[in-house]
Amino acid sequence: MNEIAELPAWAALVTAILVFVGATVTLIGSFGLLRLKSFYERLHAPTLGTTLGTGCIALASMTCFSVLQTRPVLHEILIVVLVTVTTPVTLMILVRAALFRDRKENASGVPGRDAT
Amino acid sequence: MSTALLTWSLALAQIFLELAMGAALLCILRGPRAQDRVAGLDTLYVNAMLLLLTYGIASGSTLYFEAALTIALLGFAGTVALAKFLLRGEVIE
Repeated sequence: MNEIAELPAWAALVTAILVFVGATVTLIGSFGLLRLKSFYERLHAPTLGTTLGTGCIALASMTCFSVLQTRPVLHEILIVVLVTVTTPVTLMILVRAALFRDRKENASGVPGRDAT
Repeated sequence: MSTALLTWSLALAQIFLELAMGAALLCILRGPRAQDRVAGLDTLYVNAMLLLLTYGIASGSTLYFEAALTIALLGFAGTVALAKFLLRGEVIE
């Protein structure tokens, strides 16, 4: 906890706001995962956390460590790029799997094979 | 003053992220079908990764970053493997 005390005021303020906004957005997204009704609606909610939340918290971490070590510390960009690239791939495969399973059971409210 | 603000903000952010992990865990336990559970697992590991990043800021050490990167990599592989399993019934064809 002593490293934080050495941060200048503006850097501490920027880090605090970014961390708080990121965590709040992630919490909203995760509650959306619980509350929305159908699976296809539900899958949209956590992307808030994976894009905005990861972006904000990684930016806060970069600001904090860059100011502390007085050199650009940018390796958090790796996490942002990785998460941004992998989330759409994951969700597309997951929705394809869900669509496949729903069609197999002839569930209602699911587009047929001709509609796609 | 700003240090106290940062400390409180980090503590609140950690509580929020733990609540988010709890919501994702509830989704894994409750989810009516298998794909809901996989989506919950996906959310759970992203939230755990963000929590590790906030721990890294709070402790001022860059060690937590490595763990967060590993979680992001392996979580992606895990979710894709599970989704492939739901799609085909086997992981590797």
